[in-house]
Amino acid sequence: MAVVEVPKPSEASNTKTSQPNTITLRIARSNPSAEQELSFSEFQIPVQKWTTVLEAILYVKQNFDHSLAVRYSCRQASCGSCGMKINGRPALACYTKISELNSNVITVEPMNNFPIIRDLAVDFKQLISNHKKMKPFIIREDSEVTPESKEFVQTPQDLEKFLQFSYCIKCGLCNSACPTMATDESFIGPQGLAQAYRYVADNRDKGKDDRLKIVDDSHGIWRCHFAGSCSHVCPKGVDPAMAIQLLRGYLLGFRK
Amino acid sequence: MAERLSNREGIKGMANPTRYGIERVAYWLQRLSGLGLLAYLIGHIYETSTIVNGKIAWDKMLEFTQTTQGHIFLTLVIGMCVFHTANGIRVMLGHGGIGVGKPGQPEYPYKAASLNYKQRLCIWVSIALAALAMMYGASVLLGD
Ligand code: HEM
Ligand code: SF4
Ligand code: FES
Repeated sequence: MAVVEVPKPSEASNTKTSQPNTITLRIARSNPSAEQELSFSEFQIPVQKWTTVLEAILYVKQNFDHSLAVRYSCRQASCGSCGMKINGRPALACYTKISELNSNVITVEPMNNFPIIRDLAVDFKQLISNHKKMKPFIIREDSEVTPESKEFVQTPQDLEKFLQFSYCIKCGLCNSACPTMATDESFIGPQGLAQAYRYVADNRDKGKDDRLKIVDDSHGIWRCHFAGSCSHVCPKGVDPAMAIQLLRGYLLGFRK
Repeated sequence: MAERLSNREGIKGMANPTRYGIERVAYWLQRLSGLGLLAYLIGHIYETSTIVNGKIAWDKMLEFTQTTQGHIFLTLVIGMCVFHTANGIRVMLGHGGIGVGKPGQPEYPYKAASLNYKQRLCIWVSIALAALAMMYGASVLLGD
């Protein structure tokens, strides 16, 4: 286990917060393909009130250990790359401030229910392939605009029916929190099911029957028990649990 | 290439109700009480079927169910029954898309509409009804 000390930051950088200036960052390290078992590296990191978990991890990469594997890109909760388990719960590292965790020890681990590539980086193959299975595009015979027809009208009310579901950034936090995902390797997962509903709820789309057939599967929508954990962790307000129940409403005959 | 760890949380993660709020606790209780009721039903069929072995076997069985442990067990069954039914109705309606909120424009801090106060209230009411039924049941079974 690596324990690295950093010099104390100068007095001038002391801000008047309850947050101490240095935290311990514990990072889970493993490399399954090289049969390297899980271990934790510990680092002392100087932090400010606004330091995010991702910034603390990048501090480690810049100053102590460049070999640390972590995936990130936008640093602003838009790309969906930096999902990981932070103090036991899945969250975006770039969207989680250290000060809001109320702890001097921050433990980061790879997200559960995804195969580990190395350290904090996990494999998204299953999420992406399940997403694609949901036919995430508008399905209709005609194109939106033909020479004879007018532009396709969509009112603000029509838009509101699917808008929040289209905010999904495919970060996988929901799949990582889902209790069904924890044991069922073939489950479509909240991310995919919510995206099936995103298109079904779009009034331009005519692919409802196709998609209902796809989710009506033994590892499909019926495996959702409405535990709501996906919606608890979603950083974009997608609320996959709502989407799934609204989608299931069609299959159960509650909705037409 | 060596097989990658799938890193699934497994049954331990699935059955851990301490994260993700009261909804996850309700999920856990619904599963537990469902399995408990199933076990009770099987036991109950076994218990009542002893009558085909004659009066002595039946009386012995009745004696067994009238011990203090037996009464505590029955009190638990009452609780499981009431919670499972009340919460089961919430879950069944939810599964049909009823009471799960309305889609809208997501606004920071992105509170999920499906985890709304009505859902939470129904969960707490189910727990409270189960507790009341258990108290009444215990007073009848264990009282003098
Ligand atoms: C009126 C009474 C009942 C209602 C409304 C009800 C409702 C439900 C619902 C909605 C679920 C699915 C929960 C989910 O999706 O996670 C469920 C699961 C279950 N129920 Fe019931 N139920 C009732 C009675 C019973 C009885 C009498 C038994 C036992 C003999 C039972 C055993 C189970 C079992 C084993 C499960 C599966 C648990 C799981 O996998 O999560 N239920 N019940
Ligand atoms: S639904 Fe939310 S938590 Fe799930 S992948 Fe999309 S943005 Fe991430
Ligand atoms: S780095 Fe893009 S979501 Fe965090």
